[in-house]
Amino acid sequence: MDFKDSPEEATFREEVRAWLTDNVPAAEELDGLDYNDRAKLWQKKKYDAGWACIRWPEEHGGRGANAIEQVIWNQEESKFDTPDSIFAIGHGMCAPTMMTWATEEQNKRYLPKLASGEEVWCQLFSEPAGGSDLAALRTRAEKDGDDWVINGQKIWTSGAHYSDYGVLVVRSDPTAPKHQGLTYFFVDMKSPGIEIKPIKQISGGANFNEVYFTDVRIPDAQRLGAVGQGWQVSLTTLMNERASIGGGGGGCNFNSVFDLATKVNLNDQPAINDKGVRAQLATWYAQESGLKYTGYRSMTALSRGEIPGPENSIGKLVGAPKQQDMASFALDLMEASGAIWDSELSEAAGMFQLTYMASPGLRIAGGTDEVMANIIAERVLGLPQDIRVDKGVPFNEIPTSNS
Amino acid sequence: MNFEFSEEQDLLREQALGFLTDNCPPSVVRKILEGDESFDADLWQNVVEMGWTATVIPEAYEGLGLSYLELSVIAEELGRALAPLPFSSSVYLATEALMRAGSETQKQEYLPKLAAGSSIGCFAFSEGGGQTTAKSLQCSVSGGKLRGTKLPVADGDIADFAVVIASADRGDGASAYLVDLSGAGVNRETVKTIDPSRSHARITFDGADAELLGEEGQGWTLLENVFNRAAVLFAWEQVGGADTALNMAKEYALGRFAFGRPIASFQAIKHKLANIYVKNTLARSNCYFGAWAISTEAPELPIAAATARVSAIQAYYFASKENVQTHGGMGFTWEFDCQFPYRRSKLLATNIGSEATWQDKLISAVEADRAA
Repeated sequence: MDFKDSPEEATFREEVRAWLTDNVPAAEELDGLDYNDRAKLWQKKKYDAGWACIRWPEEHGGRGANAIEQVIWNQEESKFDTPDSIFAIGHGMCAPTMMTWATEEQNKRYLPKLASGEEVWCQLFSEPAGGSDLAALRTRAEKDGDDWVINGQKIWTSGAHYSDYGVLVVRSDPTAPKHQGLTYFFVDMKSPGIEIKPIKQISGGANFNEVYFTDVRIPDAQRLGAVGQGWQVSLTTLMNERASIGGGGGGCNFNSVFDLATKVNLNDQPAINDKGVRAQLATWYAQESGLKYTGYRSMTALSRGEIPGPENSIGKLVGAPKQQDMASFALDLMEASGAIWDSELSEAAGMFQLTYMASPGLRIAGGTDEVMANIIAERVLGLPQDIRVDKGVPFNEIPTSNS
Repeated sequence: MNFEFSEEQDLLREQALGFLTDNCPPSVVRKILEGDESFDADLWQNVVEMGWTATVIPEAYEGLGLSYLELSVIAEELGRALAPLPFSSSVYLATEALMRAGSETQKQEYLPKLAAGSSIGCFAFSEGGGQTTAKSLQCSVSGGKLRGTKLPVADGDIADFAVVIASADRGDGASAYLVDLSGAGVNRETVKTIDPSRSHARITFDGADAELLGEEGQGWTLLENVFNRAAVLFAWEQVGGADTALNMAKEYALGRFAFGRPIASFQAIKHKLANIYVKNTLARSNCYFGAWAISTEAPELPIAAATARVSAIQAYYFASKENVQTHGGMGFTWEFDCQFPYRRSKLLATNIGSEATWQDKLISAVEADRAA
């Protein structure tokens, strides 16, 4: 048992590190560029040197690398101060769906531009009436000649306002049972009839959008999978939620709360001397450590050419509530000042307050805590699915929420 | 990255699991829990014959000279089976203390017998009430004679000898001694505990012969060193037991029907079991790090041991109590086996320092690391 790379992995890591050292954009290179342009500049640079989307086949703009090489790349890149990515959904979810379901011509047209960052993609799945129960979505698709006409509303679409394309699942047959009446497309986000409205969040930010479709026309050639096969295609997208092995995370963590506890006083002593504070911090340390070494176990499986076990599925269910609880604890440590959210007056420029306000979203986005627990119960432990009262019922006869 | 057990170690796990499935089913745990015996002597003999007690003892002392990774594998399986054996006392604690601090003569005298299982050791440090510290120690040695009371001592009623931590007027405030428990001036009695499948005793020393183990005034340092290693092995037993609790709960939930459906299909039960799985997985991954740290004598051992211990205590407690809960009223009956992990989880949690003690140690280790 050790933490060492194999000789091939070590060589690859060296190569990655050397390239990153020489090529990560300097501050002056990014001067005057906005958030998206910085991300695009960095992505293009990687693409031109063959370091973009390295697991993709070369003909689609990748490098044909294996899974452990991807992990090594992620680890090394995260050690550098690089522009934040705006491509996670496009690269991690849309592209694998295209590779599985699109034609070769389509993949040749779209994937290289996705890899290079020239085109940004988003995912149009959730709806006001279909969140955790995604297949309850109602946006309609009706065939009209060689096109489909789309009407309805999507919600929680990250990056819709700067995306060039989106993957879209819609209801093509309301008389079929829920999962059988869906069809999947990719759509040009600049199509007439698409209207995008940002959603202001409780944290003050606006990372998500509502996307309204009014008589939007999509050519049938942009359908992925058969008519009525949309749920199956959606599963390809959902199963490719980016593997988080080796990745870092923003917000507060053990180190930042520990540092805070050494700075603020409790009973006229640094708070870190308090037994209760120490007990709570130790529990979080053990959770972070458990996640870290769970990741190492998954990496080992990849390194041996095996598929990682189910243990990596716990990451989000542990990480998201931990962020919220740690932020809450940090605010308590500051006593009355914990309520101040000001970049100058607050400790760590208000990072703890921001985490407090942003973490409720972490527990919901990409599968709520409850959905993640269901996934572990059903896929890892093999427990039965919940009994569904809408099973086999035509979609238009299923009871709906109060509106 | 090679953060996994080897094929040979996995083979050992299969053998251990197979052996204990056949030879240590819940009925064996129940027999000790309900009967007058303090441990299962036949099972002990079998375990000894497979060489488990000799695992990490060097070949020079008639051991197998294997690593702590092999011992980790065995610990997890013993924990999974809730084996009613003095294994932790004799192997993780007494053997460890002798290997760390014994003189050549002491090693030659004790280690071959420990390896062969013909001698069982125990580790006597607690003196009743709350936390025992070097400062609080009342047991003391004068002129080679030990006086005072240790309570509770795991396996103290069946062990042949004890490593006893007594107060010292120098160094770290404590010294360690070897004491023959069949000798004069030793009075011991079994005490009732929450887990009678693992025996505990009160030992009163009234002028018993005590032989210094290690240097005078270095006893507490030895205890900390031994506990850091034992914490990882205890943690493996705890995750093994926590897995047993999870499997018991899962099997019952799949087979128990209410409102016309298996209770395993209710989200209240599914989420409960998922949360057990999450805690068990975190603890297991921390145990991997702990196993790596003891097997390589890594400087990270104090933090790795505390991390494994804290998460394993939390995981086993949670799994064992929610296993009872999943079984409903049946889980509260004497007839059902849910009581075994529930008892064992708290016994192991208190044996070598509680959750709070190890949480404090964890943060102290972080502070030491920052200061370095």
